[in-house]
Amino acid sequence: MAPQQRKPHVCRNPDLIRGVGKYSRSKMYHKRGLWAIKAKNGGAFPKHEKKAVAAAPTEKPPKFYPADDVKKPLVNKRKARPTKLRASITPGTVLIILAGRFKGKRVVFLKQLTSGLLLVTGPFKINGVPLRRVNQSYVIATSTKVDISGVNVEKFDDKYFGKKVEKKKKKGEGEFFEAEKEEKSLLPQEKKDDQKSVDAALIQSIEAIPDLKSYLGARFSLKAGMKPHELVF
Amino acid sequence: MPFKRYVEVGRVALVNYGKDYGKLVVIVDVIDQNRALVDAPDMVRGQMNFKRLTLTDIKIEIKRVPNKKTLIAALEAGDVKNKWENSSWGRKLIVQKKRASLNDFDRFKIMLAKIKKAGVVRQELAKLKKETA
Repeated sequence: MAPQQRKPHVCRNPDLIRGVGKYSRSKMYHKRGLWAIKAKNGGAFPKHEKKAVAAAPTEKPPKFYPADDVKKPLVNKRKARPTKLRASITPGTVLIILAGRFKGKRVVFLKQLTSGLLLVTGPFKINGVPLRRVNQSYVIATSTKVDISGVNVEKFDDKYFGKKVEKKKKKGEGEFFEAEKEEKSLLPQEKKDDQKSVDAALIQSIEAIPDLKSYLGARFSLKAGMKPHELVF
Repeated sequence: MPFKRYVEVGRVALVNYGKDYGKLVVIVDVIDQNRALVDAPDMVRGQMNFKRLTLTDIKIEIKRVPNKKTLIAALEAGDVKNKWENSSWGRKLIVQKKRASLNDFDRFKIMLAKIKKAGVVRQELAKLKKETA
């Protein structure tokens, strides 16, 4: 039998009530086999010699005592984790975005990033929503799922979506007088290619389901008589 | 104005309040002026106030307080399930349940179907109008 498979050990002294064991001290002495250990060791309990304690270097009293007692902050062992993902949101779920520029748009969920935000895409050709991050709280998860196995989303993380930091230009007097050029930051070709590659496989699986393409292209809105708390999404 | 649906042993009723809301049950005995003993294949036989029941047109042949086996056999013999599902009341309830369980995608597909149907109807109407004009 493999040494790892052991039956969980039942406690030797079960509780009758909390704080009161079934067996007395003398009975437990016998049960634990302390008499056998003593007999093996010639009548006395085996003792280890104490390890020689190295003489600690004599500590000098500190030169400086702070005037006020400074409180030490309490220890905090919490770990930063991405937000808990709702059970209804799995890769390939169709989500309805509720706020922002794309409110009402139905969009495909790709994966959750380490910051907790959801990576989402329109696909761009269908409804104009690019690869984008969206917060879980601003989203309704529908029960419609799309097959997402052909899509590779490994390379996308929060840094990909972060704002680009521009190198600080030394401001000379001349530049103050020039009209500030509003440079519209052009979308780098690399991002456009990423969008196309992600969407290519997605659009194929979307077209496999009838009406799904027009569904994703349409916006969601509440009509008369629709009660959100009674709707099944 | 005379009553058509009577409280009697064997009357099938719909529960309209409480834990068993929406279930079809059979009245197997009358306890007193307000309560009946009620039974169904998927519930424990128990008492219910008449106010919680809405009588249906369906009645089955049973003796007072039959055992579960006899009750189920009598329900089969009376064909209660089919009678209920084909009645207009039963069909309405089924449609209500279906509508309540629709997905967002299902609602979208239904909207497309309605628009299509309306288009076809309008075409036919236009054709007929042209003929009579």
